[in-house]
Amino acid sequence: MINPHPGLPELEYVKPATLVEASQFLAEHNGTAKPFSGGTDCFVRLRDGVLKVDYLVDIKGLDGTKELSFDPKKGLTIGAAVPMNKVATNKDVIAHYPNLAMAANSVASYQLRNRATIIGNICNASPAGDTIGTCMVLDGVLNVHGTDGFRQIPLNSFFLGPGRTVLKPGDVVVSITLPVPPAGMVGVYKKLGRNTIGDLSIVGVAVLGYPNQKSPSGYTFRIALASVAPVPFEALKAEAVLSEKKITEETIAQAADIAMESVTPIDDVRGSARYRKLMVRNLTREAITEVWNQLSK
Amino acid sequence: MAYQRITLTVNDLTETVDVPQNMTLLQMLRQKLSLTGTKNGCSAGECGACTVLMNGEPVNSCMVLAAECEGATIVTVEGLAKNGKLSKVQEAVAKAGGVQCGFCTPGMMISATALLERNPNPSDDEIRQAIVGNLCRCTGYFRIVNGIKEAAKM
Repeated sequence: MINPHPGLPELEYVKPATLVEASQFLAEHNGTAKPFSGGTDCFVRLRDGVLKVDYLVDIKGLDGTKELSFDPKKGLTIGAAVPMNKVATNKDVIAHYPNLAMAANSVASYQLRNRATIIGNICNASPAGDTIGTCMVLDGVLNVHGTDGFRQIPLNSFFLGPGRTVLKPGDVVVSITLPVPPAGMVGVYKKLGRNTIGDLSIVGVAVLGYPNQKSPSGYTFRIALASVAPVPFEALKAEAVLSEKKITEETIAQAADIAMESVTPIDDVRGSARYRKLMVRNLTREAITEVWNQLSK
Repeated sequence: MAYQRITLTVNDLTETVDVPQNMTLLQMLRQKLSLTGTKNGCSAGECGACTVLMNGEPVNSCMVLAAECEGATIVTVEGLAKNGKLSKVQEAVAKAGGVQCGFCTPGMMISATALLERNPNPSDDEIRQAIVGNLCRCTGYFRIVNGIKEAAKM
């Protein structure tokens, strides 16, 4: 009989003391070592044999990975070792980035969110990553330590495909910085799963809006979609409609239609491509309407 | 296979254990410390049967490496009862009939204990949210939720 509960394959646990040491080790063992923080994604894939490594590199002790701080000028910085529950219950996050708390709370279960991290969610580059879209529309920038030292990578140029990113051998994502949100921002994250809570997303829609004198409609909207393309992405054409035309029920419906046309989903165990497309339209319309109702109050 | 020696606190006792580096906290508890109250359900962080408190917060012990637990404080279901007396949650859920096959119960007790620690007076909805990660295939959850609600009043 096949063992239904296999342990993790043979591997070595490495806990570097410094970022330099971590980057060096990861670069030297490129392809056989993987950085991890909560492990909630990579342990599953290791057990399934999808992921094969000789070394798991624990980044939780590294400088900057435990940071969770808000600066009224710089914005919010979330370290790679900060679990999602800490983010979702942080008073600055709730006050300034409530949409991020909403997205983080939509991930799996409470005990999993005590291990799972936002950076992990981003680095796994799953098309379904629940917190990615919100970090995108908040203009998140990753702080990465590599063999050449620190550099920054904007989230909107980070993903190459499912599970693939622009990270190079030796890179450790230390944290993400989310700039101070625009004044008057309202944001939501809408997620459709097979059940109300705890499931992976069939469709995820992150929308934020804020008053902006420079745009013809008086508002700027940002829309990011998950689970409906090889990578989470921003629906720029749909956003444009809402900044160019006076916002009414019709323009919102039009933006939702355009969002639907911009996606390239697949059929999988959670939903068909056709269903996903229709749900993108419905959820986007719902999310924009919700944001608009609060903005126009 | 690389081994590592770790020292941690489990149910108020200091333990020093030699663990293979690919061993999970769950495997260590069951195989090295013979604490078999914590169950292995899915091994994938979905079912919650392996939930324990790690430094006061519930985690899936199948998703934690034992090697990561140097200096950690762990509480398993065996650590909930004190001096032979069940904890409030254990007593209330048993009384409410929230136990049938019992496989989810240890993890459920840990999640409920952690919930009441952070929110002593939860609503039905908050209770259900807190046990999203603890799958029960017998009770339909109703009696478990009732039990946790009763425990909050005790």
